[in-house]
Amino acid sequence: MTDADLRLVDMTLRDGMHAVDHQFTPEQMADVAGALDEAEMDVVEMSHGDGMGGSSINYGFAAADTEEYLEAVAPALTDTELSVLLLPGIGTVEELELAASKGADICRIATHVTEADISQEHFEYVDELGLEANGLLMLSHMEPPEKVLEQARLMEEYGADAVYVMDSAGAMLPSDARERVELLVDELSIDVGFHAHNNLGLAIGNTLAAVDAGAVTVDGCLRGLGAGSGNAQLEVLVGTLMKAGYDVNPDFFGTMDAAEEALLPMLDEETMPELDNDSLVLGYAGVYSSFLRHARRVSDEFGLDPRDVLVELGEMGVVGGQEDMITDVAARMAEEGSAAAEASQDDD
Amino acid sequence: MYKILARGDAVELERMIGIFPVEESEGLQAAVDEGVDVGTEGIDSVREHADEFDVVFEATSAKVHSQNAPVYRDLGLFAIDLTPAAVGPYTVPVVNLDDVVHSEDNINMVTCGGQATIPMIHAVDRVIDVGYAEMVSTIASKSAGPGTRHNIDEFTQTTSAGMEAVGGADEGKAIIVLNPAEPPIMMRNTIYAMVPDTVDIAEVRDSIYDMESEIQSYVPGYEVTLDPTVKGQDEVGFDLDGDVIVTTMIEVEGEGQHLPPYAGNLDIMTSAALGAAERIAAQPSAAGALGGDD
Repeated sequence: MTDADLRLVDMTLRDGMHAVDHQFTPEQMADVAGALDEAEMDVVEMSHGDGMGGSSINYGFAAADTEEYLEAVAPALTDTELSVLLLPGIGTVEELELAASKGADICRIATHVTEADISQEHFEYVDELGLEANGLLMLSHMEPPEKVLEQARLMEEYGADAVYVMDSAGAMLPSDARERVELLVDELSIDVGFHAHNNLGLAIGNTLAAVDAGAVTVDGCLRGLGAGSGNAQLEVLVGTLMKAGYDVNPDFFGTMDAAEEALLPMLDEETMPELDNDSLVLGYAGVYSSFLRHARRVSDEFGLDPRDVLVELGEMGVVGGQEDMITDVAARMAEEGSAAAEASQDDD
Repeated sequence: MYKILARGDAVELERMIGIFPVEESEGLQAAVDEGVDVGTEGIDSVREHADEFDVVFEATSAKVHSQNAPVYRDLGLFAIDLTPAAVGPYTVPVVNLDDVVHSEDNINMVTCGGQATIPMIHAVDRVIDVGYAEMVSTIASKSAGPGTRHNIDEFTQTTSAGMEAVGGADEGKAIIVLNPAEPPIMMRNTIYAMVPDTVDIAEVRDSIYDMESEIQSYVPGYEVTLDPTVKGQDEVGFDLDGDVIVTTMIEVEGEGQHLPPYAGNLDIMTSAALGAAERIAAQPSAAGALGGDD
């Protein structure tokens, strides 16, 4: 932890990977990481958007493998700590070992908010490696605060140094963020973090509410890159936290420069984060943000409105990692749609 | 146990063996209730009663099976290993049972996800070479026991190894997702196979549906839910390098003898193990492998 009141984690090279279909090159990653290091960012997280081991048909193959990315990013950081993400069930302890050998300082282990008990072996392994371990409870909006606490306690027991309330669908209102963070801060002896998505336009507001409720480590991305409509925009977060009276490490203008000079030239109209109709529906329906680009492609394939597909997925209660269900749902909706069309033709 | 009692044809259940006294063991108590003989001393009970049976189904842990396997061999028992120990070769009845049953006395049933998806990889691979295969298995949270939860890496590692060794993929990747939705979801599996774009999809579909019928002979709740589709470069966000992706989705509903129907993941393991035992029993040449008289 830093001397500042808060720790800021930049995930441009991790959650931001969703926005570019995991196609950042190792060189691009090194450039962004260097700019963030210069801006005195506390932590830089890098990996496939779905964590190490996420490179796959289901989530999209990354432009390079984890080892190449680590070898590019680690040397670009001096004082900034390097974090990696792992989702048990997708990646394994083998990836954690690789990350440790390439210079990672922090391993963040993420599970669905009700499934913390699949992460024990990974926390124990990170402990063996002597690295900091953070637990991430994804889609925390789907469960009441007491359930989030129960699962956070498991991660604390397994050895997590901090546990995060993850608003993976960008579906929380500020009161939702506050209630969950507050309960965890009151009941746990480890640090509590918060991770926002902007699908309801609340990423900065929710993060401020979480910090106000006692969160001491928070996530963001340069320019608000990230899955769905993006995460909390980091340079905005730095500015608003300063205005709110918090002491933060990253340099305000430096963070802005990293966004505008290092990241922006790598984006185009297609990859620039935007709170558009489809991503708004993610937040409204409570669907995992990284489903967005997959849902668009699949809906296009089946001639459907992505919003209808996303609402249906939300009603089914799909969780992170179930990207394959998009095709399943779209195929069924397309079939039902053509059956309905035929039926109405028969009526004529 | 319930699977054998309900469906065992050539296979009879002689004894259920645990390591706790009957009154402390739900499983042994259930066996007693069904009129099945029991043993409470683990491997010592196996030794004591070894002359009664030919096949042992082991559903303990990888560590325990590794210790017990040499004992079964010494006793001339055929071991069907439902743990991830994999002392013997990975076995998916519909794909490779005939290859291993003559030469082996210990076979491993891979994982539930492996039993569900490896046959489909093989179904594609027997038509056109599968360079890379990937499976995503989503199971209801309620059907994932402490064993799976405590060592989830073992699931992905064992399944991907089976996808290569038995399924025929040059490279395999396995992903497991737990979904807590209520009512619990059925076990769902998606199988992606990366193949050259010269693939004849009609031929692949025929092969997949033939395989579905074969599996249904021992797993009645096994069903292809998405007609196999082909995705090309325009439908993905990464470089396919000239290949295409064949996607197949299946659902497995349990028979509901003892476990609820959503626990298709557990059902497919016991069904596959029983299927293997029945084929072992039916092999005329299996007497030697079964221990028998020698």
